[in-house]
Amino acid sequence: MKQRFLSFKKNKYMKDLELYEKLATGQTPKFMVIACADSRVCPSSVLGFQPGEAFVVRNVANMVPPYENGPTETNAALEFAVNSLKVENILVIGHSRCGGIRALMSMHDDVEPSGLIGSWVSVGMNARVKTKAATHLLNFDQQCKHCEKESVNCSLVNLLSYPWVEEKVRNGELNIHGGYYDFVDCSFEKWTLYKENNLRDESGKVAVKDRAFWF
Amino acid sequence: MSSSSRHAGMGNLSLEGAIEGLKKLLIPNDKDEQFNKELETKIEKLISELLGTTPHDCHPVKRILGGFQSFKTNKFDMYPELFGELAEHQTPKFLVFACSDSRVSPSNILDFQPGEAFTFRNIANLVPPFNQLRYSGVGAAIEYAVVHLNVENILVIGHSRCGGIDRLMELPEDGSTDNDFIDDWVQIGLPAKAKVKAEFGHLPLDEQKRECEKEAVNLSLTNLQTYPYVRERMARKALALRGGYYDFVEGCFKLWEVKTIITTPIHS
Repeated sequence: MKQRFLSFKKNKYMKDLELYEKLATGQTPKFMVIACADSRVCPSSVLGFQPGEAFVVRNVANMVPPYENGPTETNAALEFAVNSLKVENILVIGHSRCGGIRALMSMHDDVEPSGLIGSWVSVGMNARVKTKAATHLLNFDQQCKHCEKESVNCSLVNLLSYPWVEEKVRNGELNIHGGYYDFVDCSFEKWTLYKENNLRDESGKVAVKDRAFWF
Repeated sequence: MSSSSRHAGMGNLSLEGAIEGLKKLLIPNDKDEQFNKELETKIEKLISELLGTTPHDCHPVKRILGGFQSFKTNKFDMYPELFGELAEHQTPKFLVFACSDSRVSPSNILDFQPGEAFTFRNIANLVPPFNQLRYSGVGAAIEYAVVHLNVENILVIGHSRCGGIDRLMELPEDGSTDNDFIDDWVQIGLPAKAKVKAEFGHLPLDEQKRECEKEAVNLSLTNLQTYPYVRERMARKALALRGGYYDFVEGCFKLWEVKTIITTPIHS
């Protein structure tokens, strides 16, 4: 551990002292990233975020529970990022071979989820239902892959259930993006969610734009 | 443009030479203002890219794409065997709890490579005590890492100038709150705050906050031991708990361990 830190200090901290001194006085990240805790998908590694760029929440299966579920560690961080740090972008990143999504898809219907893993991944139940409906002809692995992306969409929609998020998205102060990192073939898919602005009706429809696929 | 200005600076292959050459091309041409403006914008963009400075409105999507391309070229494609193995399964030796603060990514400061550390990041790197009804997010991470991934080490890293600890230390005494979720989360750290107030209440608030950043790590380490599967593995020495503190003002890192000692019988 000592060698690792000293290597960071020598090769990064001391080489960029001005940046680190500035960061010491405060952080102004433009991104909030919600990613999985999986050891293979660190956003700093995969997307090259440098110190100061991204406020990062990592939990099992990169889930965002809806506002009505009440307090969790994820929405506390969301509130801080949006209202205090005033980030301009939220990016929710799903990934391939996600153990949390596999656990969600493996749950039995009509049976209460067991253990803390079950309780947590149940947040993604909508994604599971949509997946089962759309992919009943595919094998389990393929269904899980579909659910990994569906769950990102579910989280993006849940983001909009927070009034202070919804307001900022509507005003154009905040953009919300979905991403999917596939580490089997090393590709990254990204899309942006937006709310169609209907001036009369506050609950405008949600749509996707700027879809891109990089490999 | 005359041939002499076109070649100016191009013979010199250094970075400085290229920039100087580009700058020389920014000579106003009276004949076509529109052409001048477009050319000027393109040249200024090239210069800023060479200098490594980010343009004013760094487009977020371009930023993400650039980062991914760099990772793919410099890491993924360079180590196909490692990434091939990781695609099949992960066997991290560490479960790391770190703050969501943009300045304290564990991959950055402790150079964790893909596959090494199952990493949970939340405000103020807090771990609440075991509770089957609340905080299932943290619990799920611990259960998955300890029971399914069989990690051998848990590391909780605190850091300097933590916004979450700031808020904890400034929580109103009357329990009132002006936010939906932040206070509910940081109040997990109240036992750490109480300890700091008792021992260091005479110090200025800023120094109390620094102490609380470290005390909160100890509180999280204590709370970790309320999870039955953590306790069980610690008892058979299959799991070690450590605390860390990253001070980015001083540029230093402290590390400490949790040890339980059972003494020999005490005779009366």
